[in-house]
Amino acid sequence: MRTILFLVRKEFLQIFRDHTTVAQIFMIPVVQLLVLSNAATFDLKQTRLLVVDEDRTTVSAGLVQRLEGGRQFRVVRQAPSDQVAEQALLDRDVTAVLHIPRHFEEDLVQHRRAKVQLILNAEEGSAAGIIQSNATTILSDYARELSATLPAGRRSFTGTMRPAPLDLRTQRWFNPTRNYKHYMVPALLVALTTIIGLLLTAQNITREYELGTLEQLNVTPMTKLQFIAAKLIPFWLLSLVIFTIGLTIGKLVFGIPMRGNLVLVYLALMVYLIVVLGLGLWISTITRTQQQAMFVAFFVILIFLLMGGLFTPLDSMPDWAQAVAEANPVKHFVFIMRSVLVKGAGLETVGTTILGLAAAGLAVLMLAVRRYRKYAA
Amino acid sequence: MKAFLGFVRKETLHLLRDRQTLAILLLLPLIQVLIFGFAVRTDVRKIPIAVVDPTPDIATLELRDRLAASERFHVVGVASSSQNLETQFRAGSIRQALVLPSEVERRLGRGDSLLIQLLTDGSDPNTGGIMQGYATAVIHRWYGDAAPAQDGLRIEPTSRLRYNPTLESSHLFVPGLVAFVLTIMSAMMTAISITREKETGTMEMLLVSPIRPAAIVVGKVIPYIVLGFSGVILVLIAARVVFQVPLRGSLTLLLAECGLYIITALALGIVISTKAPTQRTAMIFALAGLMMPTMLLSGFIFPLDSLPGWLQAISFMVPARWFLVVVRGIMIKGAGLATLWQETLVLLGMTAFFLLVGSRKLAIRLS
Amino acid sequence: MSTYAIDAHELTRRFGQFTAVDAITFHVEQGEVFGFLGANGAGKTTAMRMLIGLLVPTSGSATVAGYDISTQAEQVRRRIGYMSQRFSLYEDLTVQENITLYGGIYGVSDRDITTRTGGILARIGLEHAGNELVREIPLGWKQQLAFCVALLHRPGVVFLDEPTGGVDPITRRRFWELIYETAAQGTSVLVTTHYLDEAEYCNRISIMVDGAIAAMGVPSAVRNQFGAATLDDVFLRLTRPGAGV
Repeated sequence: MRTILFLVRKEFLQIFRDHTTVAQIFMIPVVQLLVLSNAATFDLKQTRLLVVDEDRTTVSAGLVQRLEGGRQFRVVRQAPSDQVAEQALLDRDVTAVLHIPRHFEEDLVQHRRAKVQLILNAEEGSAAGIIQSNATTILSDYARELSATLPAGRRSFTGTMRPAPLDLRTQRWFNPTRNYKHYMVPALLVALTTIIGLLLTAQNITREYELGTLEQLNVTPMTKLQFIAAKLIPFWLLSLVIFTIGLTIGKLVFGIPMRGNLVLVYLALMVYLIVVLGLGLWISTITRTQQQAMFVAFFVILIFLLMGGLFTPLDSMPDWAQAVAEANPVKHFVFIMRSVLVKGAGLETVGTTILGLAAAGLAVLMLAVRRYRKYAA
Repeated sequence: MKAFLGFVRKETLHLLRDRQTLAILLLLPLIQVLIFGFAVRTDVRKIPIAVVDPTPDIATLELRDRLAASERFHVVGVASSSQNLETQFRAGSIRQALVLPSEVERRLGRGDSLLIQLLTDGSDPNTGGIMQGYATAVIHRWYGDAAPAQDGLRIEPTSRLRYNPTLESSHLFVPGLVAFVLTIMSAMMTAISITREKETGTMEMLLVSPIRPAAIVVGKVIPYIVLGFSGVILVLIAARVVFQVPLRGSLTLLLAECGLYIITALALGIVISTKAPTQRTAMIFALAGLMMPTMLLSGFIFPLDSLPGWLQAISFMVPARWFLVVVRGIMIKGAGLATLWQETLVLLGMTAFFLLVGSRKLAIRLS
Repeated sequence: MSTYAIDAHELTRRFGQFTAVDAITFHVEQGEVFGFLGANGAGKTTAMRMLIGLLVPTSGSATVAGYDISTQAEQVRRRIGYMSQRFSLYEDLTVQENITLYGGIYGVSDRDITTRTGGILARIGLEHAGNELVREIPLGWKQQLAFCVALLHRPGVVFLDEPTGGVDPITRRRFWELIYETAAQGTSVLVTTHYLDEAEYCNRISIMVDGAIAAMGVPSAVRNQFGAATLDDVFLRLTRPGAGV
């Protein structure tokens, strides 16, 4: 135990003596959390919409006005032809084009229905779907409004047969404010803590190997477990601090809810960090140069982030990828964070997940201890 | 010049001899694009939904069928009361619930008001919005067909999704991955290899040689340009063959832009290396510093249009943002230089800036 | 249990087809300074790495401080000190912090660490540099410091792998005084070196050629055996058999 204390002290001395590293490991998560929390959203601020109005009637003009009135669309300019519209889409000057054909008003009056064409730049995938549904809502609102005011041209039946009015009430649970930051800040915080922790541990042993100091340690009677423990503890404490700073920012700046028990979050965090840092140390024992360690760490981090449901929906992934995601500690910890903080879940919901993380942590540590060799066979 | 060529040769040999690193450099981007191109989808599919249907009849069965038939939904269960919904939501086994009133068929016939509740797990507001939109659309279509003819006006939009009509995720994601992986790999490579020389002291040896410092850096970087470019070609072949990502624009232009971007990223790596005293700081800069901003501020995952104004301004500083527009433009939209000249100009400017900063720092270090 | 500080028997190490150390047999007495000589790549460092437990022997056996290197590696580690070819203290820690760290790892008590630190600093004349980063002190002092750190836990055997590489003659002289002092206190010293004049300081030497011991004994005896005036001549004759005298 005393040996571990001496080694831990040494790690701390080394880290805090390197001012650049200290600045980096505290500044990067803070700055990125503050900035990037505003970025992680599919909510479109404003869509630039180009209208090609071939009808040029009061009804079509009304529609354009309607679109301009809402905060979702900004009508960029009205182009006379489809060619110009096409070019504008290609140049990314606009994201959507609304084509109102000739006889739009006439059709509405005569047949009670008319067609318009909506052309979307689907280059950024999911955005297109949202624009489409925004536009559809506005169109049907406008249609409803017109029903009352527009003179009827040809009436098929007169009021005797009333259809059952559909009263669709939508509710969003757990995040009624629809504040995506409440959802994203915990995920970003986990991502940033994980990146920093994994990088620091992954290069740590390799660095000592490259510098030659590892050899000196290897001839000492210190055991493998002592060594790995002493490498883990400093970064574990550092990561706890980084996370706490981030969580404070999340609360103060972004007002993330804390419905559940914070103790539960920290319990899970402590276990989770063992998994991540243990994995980092394991990477450090299997690589020979810091460069290699970095590549492996980069790969692992990418899998962690992209296959953990942080930014993209897990349910959409193919089955094999979902299986991989099951083994992804980031996924589980983010689940715990979101459940406890946003939904107020308790031990009964996240207990098994924490146990699973604990088992993984134990396994990873054993792997790192086994893989670390004091001698060459 | 001869000394310089000799130096480039030394660097190349150095790299070729290190088989492991060589393999990593060449294959890692390919493997990453293959894995993530298949695994990650930005669209929402198979939403686990529960239906509460107290009195099943023809009308509700029709609605349930429509949900089940859609790729987007996965009907987890049908219950007669909404008792357990809360627990299911909390456990994450369902993400949406549709609560129908009793006797839907009768109500439709009688013209009574039809109150339908659609509950959505909003804890992920991003997918929450999309899920709600999808479900609403299904209900509206069902209602339009199930309810007797209506009197109201209808404006019927027909939508055309340009460039990616099926919204195929990989077509959007793979070009993004190319930009992302290329940025991190290239910047990290140069940053680490230069700081490594600084750390081991071999840089001093080079600096006292007659080769100019800028030439040293160029010499170090040339093998990586070649290597990075080979990696890009592999990745592009994979994008084409495996993911059938279209290449609507000019291949020559695409390769030229990729070449330019590799240099941009390598130059960024040089700047990092001049600021970082050790490999550790270099790699934290290159990985922790670049990874998340490149992922979130480039349009790789989240659309650029969704960034608030001030953040859009910040995103202008992210090189991958510009490159991504170029790659998607050429591959998916078939755009040419006439469309992409601005982005290309920005990348050229950034490269020049990075190289300038990098070489000035080196010169200062020398004096 | 062997009474020798080091007792190696037919110790062999192969790397694939290449035999780095070829069945060497030798012993080192208690309190003896034993020199390991040989050209680069002759197998000195490989042999040493096996003895200190950094490398597993392909065949053969050895005991160090009375313990078997293959089966009692941890016992061996407790009783040896090692100073590697590359300087391997932490450059970003101070002199004092380095000493404290290794004292702690070897289980030296806090009080002993304090007194021994003072002793070490006084011994090598670094009293005022205790709080300086190791990076900042001159190479000659670094090497002496590394040597003293290797002795901090009072090991029975100390292994020095080219300890005087790159230091000036005066510091080399000083370094050998330290080695003698250590041996006088009963610690055995195994030292590899390139400097043949240093070999004359050793109680006994062995010259390794291509992984095998080509000559061994008291320096003067080795000289006489080859009828050479200096160890330089012996060395040249062994490593370049074609070059006659």
